[in-house]
Amino acid sequence: MTDSKVTDWATDFDHTDPAWVQDPYPIWDDLRSRCPVAHTDRYGGAWLPVTHRGVAAVAYDTEHFTSRSVVVSNVKPGPEDLPAPIGLAPPITSDPPFHSLARRLLLPAFSPRAIAALEPMTRDLCRELLDATGGRSEIDAAVDYAQHIPLKVIVGMLGFPQEDADIFRRFIHMVLESVDMPAEARIEQVERGEIVDYLEEQIADHQAHPRDDLTSFLIAAELDGTRLAPEMVRGTVLLLMIAGIDTTWSAIGSALWHLGLHPGDRKRLSAEPELLPSAVEEFLRAYAPVTMARMVAQDFELEGRSLREGDWLLLPFPSANRDPSVFPEPDRVILDRADNRHAAFGLGIHRCLGSNLARMELRVALGEWLARYPDFEVSDPSAVTWSAGQVRGPRSIPVRIAS
Amino acid sequence: MKVHVDRQRCQGHSRCYDLAPELFDVDDLGNGFELGDGTVPAGLEDKAALAQANCPEHAIEIRES
Ligand code: HEM
Ligand code: SF4
Repeated sequence: MTDSKVTDWATDFDHTDPAWVQDPYPIWDDLRSRCPVAHTDRYGGAWLPVTHRGVAAVAYDTEHFTSRSVVVSNVKPGPEDLPAPIGLAPPITSDPPFHSLARRLLLPAFSPRAIAALEPMTRDLCRELLDATGGRSEIDAAVDYAQHIPLKVIVGMLGFPQEDADIFRRFIHMVLESVDMPAEARIEQVERGEIVDYLEEQIADHQAHPRDDLTSFLIAAELDGTRLAPEMVRGTVLLLMIAGIDTTWSAIGSALWHLGLHPGDRKRLSAEPELLPSAVEEFLRAYAPVTMARMVAQDFELEGRSLREGDWLLLPFPSANRDPSVFPEPDRVILDRADNRHAAFGLGIHRCLGSNLARMELRVALGEWLARYPDFEVSDPSAVTWSAGQVRGPRSIPVRIAS
Repeated sequence: MKVHVDRQRCQGHSRCYDLAPELFDVDDLGNGFELGDGTVPAGLEDKAALAQANCPEHAIEIRES
């Protein structure tokens, strides 16, 4: 279904097309001016709103749009396939009213105060990664640095073995970047394959040896007075693994990529580290990594288009963040942009549960990098590669460090 | 001047608490609320406006009183 190249983005878009993967912003700009809700017959039929208004309307409407399946693929779940309103990975795949129960359970572990306690560990980890690059004048900011940070933080929070980092990376790739695989292979892989086996093994180990970590917390947690069903513990762990890692790694990578290509911004941020918090928000706005998806639950008119029950819908928060009617000069990165209601973490009830964690990781990772390497540049811009799928970020960023 | 978080709209982005901890706090679930009765001490008006302009859910109200 994804074997032919896109020629008209308004009627035949494909988010795995090489042009979209390389640079989706011109595509969204073009659509915003002529077709604010695009359509494709690919993937069994999908819609794409590109304005801030259109994206927000869908994000806030949990009646007409379901989160039962949030990754567009060739496998379109039927009404029987996923246990609505719970879904495969609560709360991201859950709808009201169950959603808030599943979410409330996790919120305290991700509150600003709980996350602040993880900052020293995160800082040490960044410094160790930078130490390991010491002495080299050519390093890969994605491969040697960005990708390791959220991976190690979340593996630590879940209490899984740190040496399993590589296994994790492979799983994430399997789930998020393989949307063009045949349907049967995908289902096999995600729902019956080795991911489930691995998680069951880890959960069993935590059942036998409870400790102070998120996995043990979930096993012991009660919802309405009863322990969580084992599938729910597994689904939640799977979600945290998948939602927390390549998203944050993409955000850190995009920020370093930008700084490595814009010496003015790099110098300013190195000289004025107090700008880091607002710069982090601006990087999140300009290079938001996450595009979500919904399925149409009930027929709906969206900006003049007739959406039918069962259609997919891509929810491109990165495109909403570049809408000139909400953000003046949307394509310019303004490190101290004062009004910044960006939607990188979503809008409405599914607001990213890990947003406080992601912000902390970004601030620490960029701060530590700039303290160590205030002077660096992307050595070969054409060698930078971007991930395919709904999470977008640079997977290789060769940089040269000035000595 | 007074600030107020509309708890119906707030989704816990924590922008208010990040930007103006003198005026806002967050509960255990990460949802924002104004400190005390929301009165903005003299000199903090800009911070109140900044928090409002960065809340993605438009959950912060500012009243001149
Ligand atoms: C820069 C990094 C990140 C970005 C841009 C991001 C983005 C998002 C977005 C846009 C959503 C909304 C989904 C929707 O509307 O359907 C979301 C939800 C979620 N994110 Fe993140 N995320 C990031 C990091 C993290 C981290 C570090 C974690 C946890 C370890 C995490 C866990 C979650 C969870 C559990 C949800 C589902 C919340 C719900 O459905 O109530 N995310 N994220
Ligand atoms: S910034 Fe807005 S949504 Fe976030 S906690 Fe404050 S009031 Fe709530």
